Amino acid sequence: MRDELIRRALVSIPQLLLMSFITFLFIDLAPGDILAKYRFDPRISTETVKQIEEKYHFDKPVLVQYGHWLWRTINLDLGYSFSREAEVTGVIAERLFNTFLLSFFSIIFTWLIAIPLGIYAAVKQYSWGDRILSAISYFGMSLPSFFLALLLMFLVYAGRDLPFVSSIPIGGMISPGYENMSTSGKILDRAAHMVLPVIILTIGALAGLQRISRGNMLEELRKQYIVTARAKGLPEHKVVYGHALRNAINPLITLFGFEFSSLLSGAALLEIIVNWPGLGSLMLAAVRAQDTFLVMGSMLMGGVMLIIGNLISDILLVIADPRVRKA
Amino acid sequence: MKLFKNNRAATKFFRHPLVWPGLIVLAILYLIMFFAEFIAPYDFDNGNRENSYQPPSRIHFIHDGRFSLRPFVYPYSFGFNDFFERVYVEDRTKPTPLSFFVKGDKVKLWGIIPISRHLFGTKSEKNSVRFYLLGADAVGRDLFSRILYGSRVSLTIGFLGVAITAILGFLAGGISGFYGGKTDWLIMRFAECFMLVPSFFLMLALRSAFPMKLSSTQVYLLIVVILSLIGWAGFARVIRGMALSISKRDFVTAARALGASDFRIIFQHILPQTLSYAIVSMTLTIPGYILGESALSLIGLGIQDPQASWGNLLSAAMNVSDIQYHPWILIPGLFIFLVVMAFNFVGDGLRDALDPNR
Repeated sequence: MRDELIRRALVSIPQLLLMSFITFLFIDLAPGDILAKYRFDPRISTETVKQIEEKYHFDKPVLVQYGHWLWRTINLDLGYSFSREAEVTGVIAERLFNTFLLSFFSIIFTWLIAIPLGIYAAVKQYSWGDRILSAISYFGMSLPSFFLALLLMFLVYAGRDLPFVSSIPIGGMISPGYENMSTSGKILDRAAHMVLPVIILTIGALAGLQRISRGNMLEELRKQYIVTARAKGLPEHKVVYGHALRNAINPLITLFGFEFSSLLSGAALLEIIVNWPGLGSLMLAAVRAQDTFLVMGSMLMGGVMLIIGNLISDILLVIADPRVRKA
Repeated sequence: MKLFKNNRAATKFFRHPLVWPGLIVLAILYLIMFFAEFIAPYDFDNGNRENSYQPPSRIHFIHDGRFSLRPFVYPYSFGFNDFFERVYVEDRTKPTPLSFFVKGDKVKLWGIIPISRHLFGTKSEKNSVRFYLLGADAVGRDLFSRILYGSRVSLTIGFLGVAITAILGFLAGGISGFYGGKTDWLIMRFAECFMLVPSFFLMLALRSAFPMKLSSTQVYLLIVVILSLIGWAGFARVIRGMALSISKRDFVTAARALGASDFRIIFQHILPQTLSYAIVSMTLTIPGYILGESALSLIGLGIQDPQASWGNLLSAAMNVSDIQYHPWILIPGLFIFLVVMAFNFVGDGLRDALDPNR
């Protein structure tokens, strides 16, 4: 089983590289020249431009360029970011952890809230609680994530005189006087800045997961073995939590792999809106500056995160489902 | 081509509790979009800095204690508060009647027919008193008019994107499922590449290939291409699965025995069988594309000012402290919400009616 998981993750890598090649071609075919900005910049000598051109083989055909890029990438050198005047690998590494923090906490909270709500709605199907939850999640699914973000940011801003709300910072990751804080103060400051983005991401993902976990749970509860379990006099909580729930969770874990992609996309967009220095906002800046290496590197990193997310969901499935383990 | 194979499916569709609200909302939105130039009281770029962030005009019926059936508005003038922010007040001495079919900006309906009369507006000298149904933006342009013009982008881009997605998906999925073997393997591995990078990252990467400054038509087409490139793979994969199982059925063997060409079998016999799924899937993809365009325009990579789209109109709300003083700048977001929800309603109704598995 372990070999199978590793094989699946490794198969994605050539595909990711092919994807990078497609993007590379796209960028090359499009009008515009990466170095145009430097050619017309009087502060940069033509010799420097020539050096850059030679170092990154911009004067060669696209296949050669890509070959060099690929070779450097395999050696974990993603090139040079012209807009940030630093190595792309370093720039991305700095941002990656921030994005990870947001995604990690929002996943934890989404699962902790959505699945119990889904189970509750399924067990008490057609009760008032179920109806209200269904209505909310139905509307919630259509609410654009960026609109939700703006609304919540506005709410926090409008309520800034209220006791708890006042301590929630809007936007950014650190307060102005961050450098002078003590270590614990720094951690607290970052945590406070995370509150709003994590709440936004969590609420955005709640509706979908609640609906799906309710559906899965209902499907399980209708199955024969549940009837059998009830018929032989098992207490209801054992039927629901001991039998139905265990089976209803498995498809959710598979789903986690699929949903992870949209979670990363959502997190990237949110980073831009709340000004969180993560991979998403980095990539937007790179796109604006037409910083090709940084764009390619960020995109590749997005792909790598997705592969890792899928790997984790596979591993979780193996842990949760003994049938998969034996297969 | 019939959407519903039998009356049962049609009945089920129209009896779905959410289908009618969805259809009605869509009908209204698309009707308004169609006549945008006529319904909008002002041209999309007609602004007056004197009216910067003027609040939505209040509609009155009573002036000086006298009731008039014809509604009217008062002109607004502004002073400054302690923070040097504009504060608008109504000038209660000059009632300006509202009217239908008033003369206003000269615009071209659908870009062809010149019109100067608009559905409604104020009766005032040279339109000097403006009627802001949903308030004004930073440079004093009418938000309502801009939302209508913006709907031309936001409401059409989904359909166009889905059309291209469907063509790519049918082609790739049909060929892949029908031939199987190496062709299948190649096409599917290629398709998976597009699913390997989170869509927003892919969207940005593809956008970065083009210069930031493009004409609005170019940006529009570029967004359509980007959205389709991102969306086709998932669709193709399902079509491939269906084509694979359909191509093993007897009628395909029969068609082959009768000497039908591969092309004919794929397009005449196999793909029509996947149509129900395709329609449901495409209906539920449209809102995703609308959101994609909005997101790109919101962060400044899509449709550029002065052209309007619902996404770039909402970007005025990115500065949270602005919302406090001019809450109406959030309204374009409500329109996005509304259209996404309407498509989801109709899509869910279609799925329940057409999908045999549910």
